[in-house]
Amino acid sequence: MKEKLTALWQKLFGDSVRAFGVVSLIFLGSLAIAPAKNFFSEWRHYQHGYLRMIRNRSEANTLQRHFQGGIQQIWLPELGVVDRCTSCHVGLKEASLTDVARQPYRTHPAIPHKLDEFGCTVCHRGQGAATTVEEAHNSTLAWEQPILPAKYIESSCGECHRGRLLGTPKLNEGRGLLSRYGCVHCHTVKLTDGTTMKATDDPPSLSHIADKTSREWIYAWLKDPQAYASTATMPNFKLSDEDARDMSAFLIANSTPVAGDTVTLTAKASADPAAGASLYGESFCASCHAVQNAAGNMVGGDVGPELTKVGSKVKPEWLQSWLRNPRAYDAGTAMPHYRFNDGQVVTLAGFLEAKSDSDLLANIHLEAATPEQIAHGKRLVSDYGCASCHEIAGIKKPENFAPELGRIGSKPVTQLIFLPGMPHTLPDYIAGKIKQPRAFSPGLKMPQYTFTPAQIDSLTTALLALNERATTLPSALAVPAMHESDYQPAGKAGKLMTDLACFSCHRINGHGGDMAPDLTWEGSSVQREWLVQFFKNPGTLRPSLIRRMPRFNLADAEVNELTDYIMTVYQSPAVDRDAMPMSGYSQGQVELGKQLFYGKYSCQGCHIVDTKTDKGYIGPTLTHVGSRLTASWMYQWMKNPQALRPGTIEPNRAMSDEDARALTAFLMSQKGGAKQEAVKK
Amino acid sequence: MNRVSSAVFLAVAMLVASLATSCSRHSQPTITLKPTAAGAAIVESSGGKQVAQIGSLLPQPVVVQVNDEQGSAVAGALVEFAGAPGVTFDPPNGLTDSSGQVTTSVSLGGMDGRYQITAFTFDKSHKRVEVTLDEIALGYQQTLGRRLNDQYCERCHNPESTVERVSNYDNLEVKPHPFTEGDTLNKISDGDLTAIITHGGPALNKSALMPAWGNTLGKSDIQALLAYIRAVSDPPSRSAGPVYAKR
Repeated sequence: MKEKLTALWQKLFGDSVRAFGVVSLIFLGSLAIAPAKNFFSEWRHYQHGYLRMIRNRSEANTLQRHFQGGIQQIWLPELGVVDRCTSCHVGLKEASLTDVARQPYRTHPAIPHKLDEFGCTVCHRGQGAATTVEEAHNSTLAWEQPILPAKYIESSCGECHRGRLLGTPKLNEGRGLLSRYGCVHCHTVKLTDGTTMKATDDPPSLSHIADKTSREWIYAWLKDPQAYASTATMPNFKLSDEDARDMSAFLIANSTPVAGDTVTLTAKASADPAAGASLYGESFCASCHAVQNAAGNMVGGDVGPELTKVGSKVKPEWLQSWLRNPRAYDAGTAMPHYRFNDGQVVTLAGFLEAKSDSDLLANIHLEAATPEQIAHGKRLVSDYGCASCHEIAGIKKPENFAPELGRIGSKPVTQLIFLPGMPHTLPDYIAGKIKQPRAFSPGLKMPQYTFTPAQIDSLTTALLALNERATTLPSALAVPAMHESDYQPAGKAGKLMTDLACFSCHRINGHGGDMAPDLTWEGSSVQREWLVQFFKNPGTLRPSLIRRMPRFNLADAEVNELTDYIMTVYQSPAVDRDAMPMSGYSQGQVELGKQLFYGKYSCQGCHIVDTKTDKGYIGPTLTHVGSRLTASWMYQWMKNPQALRPGTIEPNRAMSDEDARALTAFLMSQKGGAKQEAVKK
Repeated sequence: MNRVSSAVFLAVAMLVASLATSCSRHSQPTITLKPTAAGAAIVESSGGKQVAQIGSLLPQPVVVQVNDEQGSAVAGALVEFAGAPGVTFDPPNGLTDSSGQVTTSVSLGGMDGRYQITAFTFDKSHKRVEVTLDEIALGYQQTLGRRLNDQYCERCHNPESTVERVSNYDNLEVKPHPFTEGDTLNKISDGDLTAIITHGGPALNKSALMPAWGNTLGKSDIQALLAYIRAVSDPPSRSAGPVYAKR
């Protein structure tokens, strides 16, 4: 062995000339490494592949002309973008390559932005400056930015677009869930515009809970909220029997009665299921409350709590008081104050009490609580942060109870602790935390939610949008969100509107719900007399809708108060009340309008004027429209409906003045004559 | 010198070995399912032709059924699912239950287009039998189109009613074309469809019940609608983009 090595040494470096030659060769060889590496690089391989691919296409010449060899780069210093992705993704800007399935050659799908203005990594993440597949897409060198999986891509839209976008349903849903499921009660979410994300749920105050329900129900609810109502947004805190026992003991002991809330039962709830069901229907309780039907389907809205088993929860005396006036127990409730009479209260209470589940509380037997248990319960209520969501007398709302999430979307992977078997990426970590928070450590307080896999994806999308880049992007790029205004109507009418919870469904001046029409310009839109009648009997407009304006049983004085306010205050500057006369249109104009209605504009596709022939079911019925709307509103509406009510689906037909006038004349002639005859029969 | 070099060699070898072990990804132990029966055919029970956003879960799971020669369900047969790269199945395989069915949740790949997914099983003679389902993945443009469709189009163009949305289809004298009706819609060019949406039915001598949307929806909105209509068409439209199948 030793001889052989010595011989080799002699052969190569025996004399100085030979040694010089060999060293030179080695030097030359090592110099050649750099160009060789370049020559065999991946991007060159893909560019060759691209050229081979386009050769056989009909538009080969155009593609060939567009092709530029070598490393390509999109450099946008103000965005911090140095993206060399186009070195391999050669055909990204070629519109004709939509039929190519093979990556990296496919054209970029249509989006509202230009690749040259934003680069690639702003949306897709990844290492823009890298020139190998692995380094660009994965975090091989522990870089923090692996490629964002396609299912979370909408999170990147959310870096600039802070409000809702029609094309990003996941991001919208995720943001909605963060607010609706109370995430933001415990986790502060500081947004890039300096505001904090607001909760849209309204967890009830627990300061007077003993008025409303029993300790047994609280115990069952604490143990498993979804056992009572599958749509409950309250998460499961996985409490032990003892902890639930002590917490329920504390909540009951801590509760103080509300004056006048639970009067002693004067009348027993009536057991007339048919009358109860019809009152429940007439009052449109289902617009806000859901009930699970026999087939297991949830029927109704999600503004108020689910009522499937409400009879097992509420005390009969509380229920009657609540139906009489919910604001006595909870001044801020979204529930309107229906002016039910005593008979209606007992009928509806009887109907709701029958919605019970005898199994729910059957096995719960709690002995009288000891002072130690109550003290322990109080400690637990503080520890679990119950007061983050619920108002509880004697317990302050904790501040910064859970980590702030304003930058969660760029949290370094090195700071995360993963579960065994979990891919080491930030999206997987976030999704895993939402799915099973306690799996990360048994000591964690975050409760178990019942999100579906699709909801978890949406939440993860919304959280990934809360990242560092969103704060460093040029402020000119930010598209601000439409913030809810804090509009409150003034005076007596304002108080009445709060009492009736108009804003739970209607929106006025940027404040309120979206279930019912926006009423910002209602005073310009409708005739006074119609509005008075509508308050008294709202069942006339759009009878096909499931969600509808209920009858509040208002007194005449209240109706006048509301009507006067709406007619004077909710006036649109764009509608001149005197521009169009309310009557006196010539027969010729009415006839022309009719022809336009059935012919050129074919309005009968969506609206009904003649109940015998028209069937359109999308817009409101127009049989009485002449006694409902003002002529000026109608005229302006015809000219541009979106200008009066943004987002309405009535198409803008760009009508001429003549057409709009004739149609107004025809519609003003529709005062419901045929309907009245039908009623007489 | 010899001793030194062999020591160096040993050290290098150990380093390489330790690097190799630490860097190799620990592959998840795959649970092998043992089939207790074999069927003769596999059919789709439900879950084909669904629409989802790219990379996302299909709204409903995919259910396939294994039958024997007589067409009755076989329990305990092994079914495996496969699709193009990026398509994931949870679970990726399973034994048929007492009604002969296997259910899996499917996430589509990251590019818009059609995805073919395959469910296969082996019959008694170990021959592979399979069924192929088509699913549709929507990119940004098609997703936007779908939202616009939900808002403006669907109540007339979709004959099916739901609890929340009563269909207006039956109320119309001239029936609109459902957007899945590929036989008709695929024959209408992009330009003509755009013209109908923008200027209404009469622009192409069609019914005036189709209003003009050109003043309500922007050009890019109408393009997005068109992309959505092309994406969901059945049979598939030629301009719907590529089909992704397993390699």
